Amino acid sequence: MSTLTMAKALNAGLRRALAGDPKVLLAGEDIGRLGGVFRITEGLQAEFGPTRVVDTPLAEAGIVGTAVGMALRGYKPVVEIQFDGFVYPAFDQIVSQVSRLHFRSHGRLSVPMVVRIPYGGGIGAIEHHSESPEAYFAHTPGLKVVTCANPSDAYWMIQQAIADPDPVIFFEPKRRYHDKGEVDLDASAAPDSLYQARIARHGTDATLLTYGPMVRTCLDAAAAAEAEGRSLEVIDLRSLSPIDDATVFASVRRTGRAVVVHEAVRTLGMGAELAARIQAECFYELQAPVLRVTGYDLPYPPSRTEHSYLPDLDRVLDAVDQSLAH
Amino acid sequence: MPEAVAAELATRADDHLVQLLTPSGELVADQDFHYSGSEQELVDDLRTMLLTRAIDIEATALQRKGELGLWVQSLGQEAAQVGSARAFGRHDLIVPSYRELGVYLALGLDPLEFLGTFRGTAMVDWPTGPANLHLPSFVIGTQTLHAVGMAMALQRDGRVGNPEPADNGAVVVYFGDGATSQGDVNEAFVFAAAAQAPVVFFCQNNQWAISEPTTVQTPIPLYRRAAGFGFPGVRVDGNDVLAVRAVTEWALARARSGAGPVLIEAFTYRIGAHTTSDDPTKYRDAAEVDEWKAKDPIDRLRTYLLARGLIDDAWLDGVAAEASIAAERLRTGCVQLVEPDLADSFDLVYTDTPEHLQRQRQEFQAYEASFEVNA
Ligand SMILES: Cc1ncc(C[n+]2csc(CCOP(=O)(O)OP(=O)(O)O)c2C)c(N)n1
Repeated sequence: MSTLTMAKALNAGLRRALAGDPKVLLAGEDIGRLGGVFRITEGLQAEFGPTRVVDTPLAEAGIVGTAVGMALRGYKPVVEIQFDGFVYPAFDQIVSQVSRLHFRSHGRLSVPMVVRIPYGGGIGAIEHHSESPEAYFAHTPGLKVVTCANPSDAYWMIQQAIADPDPVIFFEPKRRYHDKGEVDLDASAAPDSLYQARIARHGTDATLLTYGPMVRTCLDAAAAAEAEGRSLEVIDLRSLSPIDDATVFASVRRTGRAVVVHEAVRTLGMGAELAARIQAECFYELQAPVLRVTGYDLPYPPSRTEHSYLPDLDRVLDAVDQSLAH
Repeated sequence: MPEAVAAELATRADDHLVQLLTPSGELVADQDFHYSGSEQELVDDLRTMLLTRAIDIEATALQRKGELGLWVQSLGQEAAQVGSARAFGRHDLIVPSYRELGVYLALGLDPLEFLGTFRGTAMVDWPTGPANLHLPSFVIGTQTLHAVGMAMALQRDGRVGNPEPADNGAVVVYFGDGATSQGDVNEAFVFAAAAQAPVVFFCQNNQWAISEPTTVQTPIPLYRRAAGFGFPGVRVDGNDVLAVRAVTEWALARARSGAGPVLIEAFTYRIGAHTTSDDPTKYRDAAEVDEWKAKDPIDRLRTYLLARGLIDDAWLDGVAAEASIAAERLRTGCVQLVEPDLADSFDLVYTDTPEHLQRQRQEFQAYEASFEVNA
């Protein structure tokens, strides 16, 4: 076991994928000598050369669109979008092309590529650098959408996403890049399937359903709740599309209560989808309505107000109180 | 004259850089472009460039002290910014990217107003900005399309091609060398050419897009791209305030007259980092930076004006004193910028706030109030 930051774990995962398969290549803005603005690809161009780790022109539609062509010719491109708010120029490529080629070609074609997107707020950034656009992609059939919440998952999930024959949108919670955790760098395979949710903490009174940057917030909330004699279960979804329904339903059936927590705006977000699924499947076991703790339905606000905008431990605990009051 | 120059441009030696003032501060002649301003205007330009640099340095220091989340430096690009701003006419519209501090100061704007964007107390607005100045844009290249649309609106408004030049207007849009790769910028070129829109594309080629040299974006000089879209491109020494002004004046006059768009490539250099989050030592040679420091836009103008006796040490001392007052004002003003309340954001999303947002505002305010009760 090694102790690594999430950033270093991603770097190690990418390195292993590059070393293990000559068809894997990385592409994006500033990922070469600079190692990316978050240094996730640091040292990889020096190690694997500029044809495996490619600094691209500054054009997101181009980055994703050319990766499609590479993927169609047997390569496994892993592209980096520099910040969440800059994926939109590539949106047409992703939702109209990447997501549908398998379907449109009657399964003859596949697009085994990964789009890495550092996402979410909490780092005091300017506009367009703190967005949570996951719902747009989870809304699109044909895309797989995942997000890691700790270094071990970061290390394994990026390798699994690269190995996946379908296109994967890989969200990295940039606020957690410097969080440390244990990673088994030498294990031969990942402990879980990429599309399996993880019970991050066991509990009996209510279930917190969350992912990415909010996993730590929810774990902190659960620890605080324990001091008050409440036992909260925390589910880290890991995969937002597909959703691991079995793990979600089993947990909610056990606790009878569910609170969904995410940073993204509320309307038509992951919380809406989870609430609908849970009420359809677990209606008779529910002790309370499914509640949501989310960002407000605002464009991401100026960073000096982001502490008010982002769900925090107290907002999560308030919702738990509300749920338990039923 | 504009059409004649456009025709002549085709015959210029390849990659010829329009230059009127050399790095050592001597005037040179260009076959097509001549400086049209007064000597006093050059003195004012130097003052604006010195203030730009001082404020830029102060804002960088404020970021280092943790007062700003980020700062985007203009260091080395003062002549490109101030010289182009000099060319604006009464009906012209200005569409900035995010690196145009010198343009703002040339327009007489208060830099403190723009600091909130980088401190995180405000979005990108200039509270008292003039109506002809568009909001800066952080999504690379996207503003070029807006600029073309504004230029098309000027055409419809009858602001183009009038016999009285003072009645006409055009749009100037700023972007970097990296931006020229974006689809949006290429679409802007297409639309501008198709509509013969009165727009001047002002590319500050500072030779780096964060860590990527311009060669990652293009194997040919950027100004030459314009020809393929169907309008003239000119490469000007971006560190020469006289030449930048001359070329921009020509391009704007041409656009206002109805002759269509121009691409100006102001060939300059980013002496500082891309932003305060960037570390250029990871990818850039110190020797290259030193080479460009020797071409500093401020040094050459100062040398020239001193040699001509248009300024002296007392004048320079006066501007230095003015600059330190401006920096001090930025320093004290920055920490006094009003801390925003998220509650105010709910009413900004739409012209009239829908019910769900009113409910969310109440939810937010009740949550905030619960702490005050508990405290
Ligand atoms: C669509 C988009 N992609 C990526 C970014 C991140 N980014 C910000 S500035 C920059 C480099 C811009 O270089 P250039 O256009 O040359 O302008 P400069 O900053 O050098 O003036 C990048 C990649 C962005 N802001 N927008």
